[in-house]
Amino acid sequence: MSKFVKKPRQAPAINTSSLPDIIFILLFFFMVATRMRETDIKVKQVLPQATEMEKLEKKDLLSYIYIGEPEKKYQKDLGTAPRLQLNDQLATVEDIGPFVEAEKAKMPDENRAKIIMALKVDKDVNVGIITDVKTELRKSNALKLTYITTQRMERR
Amino acid sequence: MGKKSKALPEINASSMADIAFLLLIFFLVTTEIAIDEGITVTLPPYSDEPPPPVESNDRNTLTVNVNSRDQLLVEEELMDVKELRSATMKFIDNNGLDPAMSDSPQEAIVSFKGDRGTSYEMYIEVYNELRGAYNDLRDNVSKRKFGKIYEDLIDTAQINEVKQLYPIRISEAEPTDFGASGS
Repeated sequence: MSKFVKKPRQAPAINTSSLPDIIFILLFFFMVATRMRETDIKVKQVLPQATEMEKLEKKDLLSYIYIGEPEKKYQKDLGTAPRLQLNDQLATVEDIGPFVEAEKAKMPDENRAKIIMALKVDKDVNVGIITDVKTELRKSNALKLTYITTQRMERR
Repeated sequence: MGKKSKALPEINASSMADIAFLLLIFFLVTTEIAIDEGITVTLPPYSDEPPPPVESNDRNTLTVNVNSRDQLLVEEELMDVKELRSATMKFIDNNGLDPAMSDSPQEAIVSFKGDRGTSYEMYIEVYNELRGAYNDLRDNVSKRKFGKIYEDLIDTAQINEVKQLYPIRISEAEPTDFGASGS
């Protein structure tokens, strides 16, 4: 029996000196692969799904327009009708013209004609408001537009 | 040496990991991975006069309508969205075979009209299928001619050739306004 009774041994200390290095590598990965959240989105955003999208590589050409019904916490003040959000504030369709001008003014001259309006629209919104937005965009001569969607997973 | 050589005291680095973790979590919370993908369209320039009416019984025009109840009507007939892609492809790639369909892909126009009450989800789904029909046709011809799909083509001449064979001609009419009560 005494063969099996082991002397209590001290567990060897695990060397953790490389742990910070590993975490730092993770940290650098996230710093490089992500970008800062610029806006706090106040409208509901469940994007529709599609399959035929293109990757939007040129981030500096994009200006975002968010459309959807206000989030739960704002609904008491704003109701449930779909709203537009430009940058950080809720807006109406009439604000799009000045918004496009402001966005164009932020860009270097050679890019201004190439501005792409990225529409992030909740899937439950009706097409009517989107048509109004598109008419305003046409009036302000921002003719490139992209509907941001998510990838549909299942194949039919 | 007179002095006794002293071993350097080891610096306790165990909290280093905690500090790094804090930084990591900070970045996880304040940033987002930017992977935006979208269906890009080009709008026609604005003009005050209404656009010329589309000849809907013309063989080169495929009329696609969606009403406020998200029902799809293709050439005046109800259709399921799942069939839209193949129907559109057949229409575009007809090359004069069927007298009810297009003469050639260059002349075919898809005329898409929604209603102000159509849901955005349905709108995107239909638009996605129409775009998909064109993309599939482009892929097919590109595979046959150059052995790879359209997206992988690098040579500009080849890209333009495929584009010329199947120019994307989706025209969007101003939506009707029958069921916009919800918006």
